[in-house]
Amino acid sequence: MGTRLLEVTVNGRTRCDAVDDATLLVDYLRRSVGLTGTKQGCDGGECGACTVLVDGAPRLACITLAASMAGRSIETIESLAAAGRMSPLQRAFHEHLGAQCGYCTPGMIMSAEALLRRDRAPTEDAIRAALAGNLCRCTGYVKIVESVQAASRALAEGER
Amino acid sequence: MSSSIGAASAEASPPRTVGHPTPLVDGVDKVTGRARYTADLPHADALVGMILRSTVAHGTIVGIDVSAARALPGVRAVVTGDDFAAPYGVIPIAQNEWPLARERVRYRGEPIAAVAADDRASAEAALAAIVADIAPLSPVFTAQDALAEGAPLLHRDKAGNVEREVAQDFGDVDAGFAAADLVRERRFHYAEVAHGQIERNAAVASFDPERGELTSRSTTQVPYYLHLAIARCLGLDRAQIRITKPFVGGGFGHRVEPLNFEIVAAALARAAGATVRVEQSREDSFLTHRGRPETDIRLRLGLRAGGEITAVDCEVIQRGGAYAGYGVVTILYAGALLHALYRVGAVRYRGLRVYTNTPPSGAMRGHGAVDVRHAFEALLDEMGGELGLDPFALRRANLIEPPWRTANDLQVNSCALAACLDRVEEASGWRERRGKLPRGRGLGLACSHYVSGAAKPVQWSGEPHAVVNLKLDFDGSITLLTGAADIGQGSSTLLTQVAAETLCLPIERIRVVAADSALTPKDNGSYSSRVSFMVGNAALRAAEALRDTLVEAAARTLGVAATEVVWQGERCLVRGTDRELDFASVVAAALAGTGTLTVKGVWTTPSEMQGGRFRGAAVGSTAGFSYSAQVVEVAVDEETGAVSVEHVWVAHDCGFAINPLAATGQVQGAVWMGMGQALQEETQYHEGLALRPNFLDYRIPTIAESPPIDVTLVDSLDPLGPFGAKEASEGSLHGFAPALTSAIADATGIRLMALPATPDRVLDAIVRRRREARLESMRANRAAAAAGERTNP
Ligand code: FES
Ligand code: FES
Repeated sequence: MGTRLLEVTVNGRTRCDAVDDATLLVDYLRRSVGLTGTKQGCDGGECGACTVLVDGAPRLACITLAASMAGRSIETIESLAAAGRMSPLQRAFHEHLGAQCGYCTPGMIMSAEALLRRDRAPTEDAIRAALAGNLCRCTGYVKIVESVQAASRALAEGER
Repeated sequence: MSSSIGAASAEASPPRTVGHPTPLVDGVDKVTGRARYTADLPHADALVGMILRSTVAHGTIVGIDVSAARALPGVRAVVTGDDFAAPYGVIPIAQNEWPLARERVRYRGEPIAAVAADDRASAEAALAAIVADIAPLSPVFTAQDALAEGAPLLHRDKAGNVEREVAQDFGDVDAGFAAADLVRERRFHYAEVAHGQIERNAAVASFDPERGELTSRSTTQVPYYLHLAIARCLGLDRAQIRITKPFVGGGFGHRVEPLNFEIVAAALARAAGATVRVEQSREDSFLTHRGRPETDIRLRLGLRAGGEITAVDCEVIQRGGAYAGYGVVTILYAGALLHALYRVGAVRYRGLRVYTNTPPSGAMRGHGAVDVRHAFEALLDEMGGELGLDPFALRRANLIEPPWRTANDLQVNSCALAACLDRVEEASGWRERRGKLPRGRGLGLACSHYVSGAAKPVQWSGEPHAVVNLKLDFDGSITLLTGAADIGQGSSTLLTQVAAETLCLPIERIRVVAADSALTPKDNGSYSSRVSFMVGNAALRAAEALRDTLVEAAARTLGVAATEVVWQGERCLVRGTDRELDFASVVAAALAGTGTLTVKGVWTTPSEMQGGRFRGAAVGSTAGFSYSAQVVEVAVDEETGAVSVEHVWVAHDCGFAINPLAATGQVQGAVWMGMGQALQEETQYHEGLALRPNFLDYRIPTIAESPPIDVTLVDSLDPLGPFGAKEASEGSLHGFAPALTSAIADATGIRLMALPATPDRVLDAIVRRRREARLESMRANRAAAAAGERTNP
């Protein structure tokens, strides 16, 4: 097992860190970078809690090698709030109770973020399809769908 | 409950805070990723703690050799069962589990040793170097095998592997059946299910050998129980321990009992004189389990032609797993809540909690009562069909009217089940649609209820059931100190609302500090839906006490009697004048001469709410029952057996919704969790080896297959609840499964007696029915032919 220098952009900042070949992206983000907003809910690829965006596309950080991220741009939940203000999705999840315990929330919001960037006015079916890899044990998903719809409306009304 | 000042403040405007949808006070932290859960806590110097598990389901521990592990580089501590002072268990009378097994192992995956090392690789190497010599004993994996004559015993003091046998009789059951117009008996089977909270288990424990102090932060629902367990198992004075709860990612009962990994983390920290982080895998939390037990039920009901329930005769067998845990309470809940929902003539209940070589079962949302609710409602539905009664009419024939004492001596002070039935009947379009849906579609109804907190906590100390402190300081901010653990249900928000409403202040003035044993008053924890009711009541009383103090200070300053002060929070007035004082001046006046104010509010459940006099009577007793009715619409594919839930309408009597947003979310989550159990979730073992210890094989529903769930919150203004509030979640879980199977019966004519309703079970039932129908028609044809031969030779 080797170690290499990884040059990568995390939430808009370029950094260079030594990583082991076997280091997973979720551990790199949480332990090396110190961004603990990205969660881990399973032992690999089962729950979606670790979803981050890699070059704008959702990706499971728990089954991604950090070393494979050279030159890529990673966005985590911490990147969404601008100057401390919640993004439309974050605000919607807060106000519509899309988050109860909040543990699935970072992954859920990042999956929804990828969707809304692709399609600002998704149908309910499209929302359900985009979030089908994100498990939540608290909400029954009803208010998660409502939260994404509310964020979509906020975008349409030109918030931010 | 109301003070002398109450009359004055009653002139204030209608509720401004309670009753309004309120986003969670800690919601911003959750959606921004700032919230720190246990595994997120920064501890650069923490050692890595890891646990070695038994690969044998039942065996005698001949020896555990840790010398090689101890000698490895980077290894700071190794502990085994011998390092603990006492066994633990959530119920004081049934503590038979060691944090690491001693003498015997009783399930595959039971922890047997643990290490703390500089890094993960060293810890893994140390685990691999431990030599466990375990002589296998013959195991028992099912309740039937465990109960069989001559079965190997798991615990020497428990003959026949029976942890607890319950026998309860209320009224004349035989006379009840004799008076019935229809008697039916059915057998039901329910798979074992798991909580599946998305956050994995973790604990961070630190020990300071200089001061002899242990601190623990952990994924717990009940920091108090963990506090007691660590003190007991490590032989520490309770005053040497501090427990704090970070953000917790759900519980659903998994984290009510103290769990082995938390106690082990503490033991490792002490052994290493350091901070130790134990992070458990998803697989580990399935092995630790504590979920709903596999359950077999035999149920006989007697009904009159009009639907009145004359007699109930029920036998429940729960496969409890290897240790006691909550077992005694679970088997008692099954009996207590089996029939207390309705007016029933007479009841015979027999319960058996059985030890097996599988991971211990425990409390799971709807503790003990979910499977019996299915059996009861399902059999009611079937018998109602035979009697030609509409499911709504059948329920209405058996409604209780508060104040009411149930057959098993539980007190009911408020019940709006009738209104719940009306709401879902209308919302679902039952009258227009039932019986007129296309083939394969069906509607089903079920009712349910649940406690708002157990009236007798298992740790009975004579203290009040809940205590809340409020601190008011020079800055005009109020800190609400509570031991209640917010695990996502929104308890901190609700307590803030209760205090703000009572003080007529905006919620922004109130900050919650929760669940830190060094700061906050002890709390019995987040289980049995107790927090809104009990801690809410304590918060209400604390806020009243603070308001009284503030009103008196205002009265002194204004030179009037306290009864002349109209309290409006941010300002107060002298009645009938325009003389007023703003909040800052009142605070200054109240603090002058005494300094920072701390007031206390307590809640004690009245003794008449604490159940009857028979053995086990305390279980099921509560100060307030919630009620729920729900209608489920299904579509069944008769070619594949696939069942899809199209829509759920649920009405929940939560007394009064202090936070309608959270209450609606809780009810939706509970109904949906009931759906997971009813449709697809089940653990599975092969020779005691967990076969589904992950979220691919243990199938929690995804958003793609989850239905719309329409919630109506129904008020009943409970006389004891804070602002009339009661439980607003667990009660609606129970109704899903029976509403589902009744809907499947409506759609296909098939009555499922075993859950979950997986496609294979449903298809089996469909095929079996087709075969029976074919045989039936062949027999009929043959009989007709034979009859024909006889008449036309
Ligand atoms: S943590 Fe990555 S999918 Fe579960
Ligand atoms: S909010 Fe708790 S898991 Fe989704």
